[in-house]
Amino acid sequence: MAVIESSQDIVQSQSPWREAARAFRQSWAGMLGIFILILVILFTFVGPFFYPVDPFEIIWAPLTPPGATERAPLGTDYLGRDILAGLIHGGPATLYVGLVAGIITITIGILVGAFAGFYRGMVDEFLMRITEFFQVLPALLFAMVLVTLFTPTIYVVSLAIGIVSWPTTARLTRAEFLRIRNLEYVNAARSIGAKNRRIIWRVILPNALAPLIVAATLTVGIAILFEAGLSFLGLGDPNMFSWGLMIGAGREYILDGWWVVTLPGFMIFLTVLGFSLVGDGLNDAFNPKLRER
Amino acid sequence: MTMTLMVARRLLHAFLLILAVLVLNFLLIHIAPGDPADVIAGEMGGATEEMLADIRKTYGLDKPVYVQLGVYLTRALQGDLGQSFFYNAPVLDLVAGRAGPTILLVATALLFAVFVGTMLGVLASHKPKGIVSGLVTVVSVIGYSAPIFWTGMMLVILFAWVYPIFPIANMYDITRGGGFFDRVVDILYHLVLPALTLGIVYLAQYARLTRASMLEILGSDYIRTARAKGVAEVKVYGHHALRNAILPVVTIAGLQFGSIISGAVLVETVFSWPGLGTLAFESILARDYPTILGILFFSSLLVIAANLITDLVYRLVDPRIRTGG
Repeated sequence: MAVIESSQDIVQSQSPWREAARAFRQSWAGMLGIFILILVILFTFVGPFFYPVDPFEIIWAPLTPPGATERAPLGTDYLGRDILAGLIHGGPATLYVGLVAGIITITIGILVGAFAGFYRGMVDEFLMRITEFFQVLPALLFAMVLVTLFTPTIYVVSLAIGIVSWPTTARLTRAEFLRIRNLEYVNAARSIGAKNRRIIWRVILPNALAPLIVAATLTVGIAILFEAGLSFLGLGDPNMFSWGLMIGAGREYILDGWWVVTLPGFMIFLTVLGFSLVGDGLNDAFNPKLRER
Repeated sequence: MTMTLMVARRLLHAFLLILAVLVLNFLLIHIAPGDPADVIAGEMGGATEEMLADIRKTYGLDKPVYVQLGVYLTRALQGDLGQSFFYNAPVLDLVAGRAGPTILLVATALLFAVFVGTMLGVLASHKPKGIVSGLVTVVSVIGYSAPIFWTGMMLVILFAWVYPIFPIANMYDITRGGGFFDRVVDILYHLVLPALTLGIVYLAQYARLTRASMLEILGSDYIRTARAKGVAEVKVYGHHALRNAILPVVTIAGLQFGSIISGAVLVETVFSWPGLGTLAFESILARDYPTILGILFFSSLLVIAANLITDLVYRLVDPRIRTGG
């Protein structure tokens, strides 16, 4: 930890959030992650203004390699559609599914974990049995079944990903609640007559947030990987242009043109890498003990 | 608690989980939009009236829900997971026929990841700021972030174009003759790339985990004592430290079994490995619901079995649990 040079430093580092933000800025993983995510977001959200090509439109001969024609700088897919346009327009759908699925995962996880950890006893027993049951089902297969039984719209896909991936968050939340629920300030809140609801959401949860924020960041990355996997198997929303859809469609043609799957896969890899690195950085920032190492 | 009682309890627990998976399958058939008979037939709206009537009769679909559940559970526990109309075969036969290759793939990848991962982790802990350490961190972050099917495809491209030395599809070469031994060698040869793809993600994770727990343990008092009484450094690492450092790896490897099966589904699809994953892929294309549900059930069985085994292995490697219980 940095040497304290003046009294001002002490005053400034009183807020744990500010302290964490400072530590985050010092973590190269976190900053690299932020940098990658900003690049990806600029690429997919500002890109269309500079490169207004329809990703569904056939513009050149099929399977043209990158650099062969100016019309398609990164080549074309098996139908002759522009890969670069696909990369630019495929981003928002992928990010959207990742965020929505991530939010669903975290919400279910926090609800289950908070009730189990706070009430303990029978409630805990019951909720943990359910959690354990969901962990026995191989997540991707379960999601595949859900998406197949219903129609693969972007919301069904997000919901399916959320339903299969919440147990990890639930266990984490429960552990944090079990740790915090008997601390002095919780007892203090209880002794002045705070209701359970208030203690759960206003007293314990804010103090359990640090590891949950790290988990949430990683969850979004994992959800994006999930969406990519489902799309690869042909279970993505066929009406939304996403990177996973490009990979699923180009799957059969990897030996005819490496760029068809390599490039959208690389975009997914970059995005998830960004989220993982930010997660690592946040973890360092929230864990003063690890920070010293 | 005695060991037998403990095992009996774990078995009962496993049985209840199996029942729960079957109940979930039953619910899924009924929650899905449309007629349950249509779902069981596996052809939404395409089944003949005769076929549907037959299914309604076998599964008692005109009776109350709890009777239907009873019928479903009884049939499933007797090994009848339904009939695949697409493959025209009982689901159990289909699934059992494809389970072997998946278990081979998953077990190879897992063993490879645990052994090599632990080795690398120990090496990395020897020099916490060395090259191995850095490599382990980088590979684990990359492995964690790359879609597994994409890694597989990159290997396919690499080994189909750049260095065509490994086969990139199927489990064995049907054109090649030879005896049993040749076939085994051929299967192992085909196993290299799929197992590598699946294993590498976990390998890096286990290496990182081993490194972290080794570093923590190497700083503890009993290691200092061992060093003080002059135990050779190799023995301090291999005997004193590693035995404790490997515990979290065993725990995580057991917990991750489900996610490894999920990964195997994708890897199998990339490499046309004839296991449960490719079967799932094919039956989803064909909307063959009984087969898909059968695979979900069977793979859950694998996870439950793996959890049981981890529990027992954990007891073997951790004497504290063995005696305490």
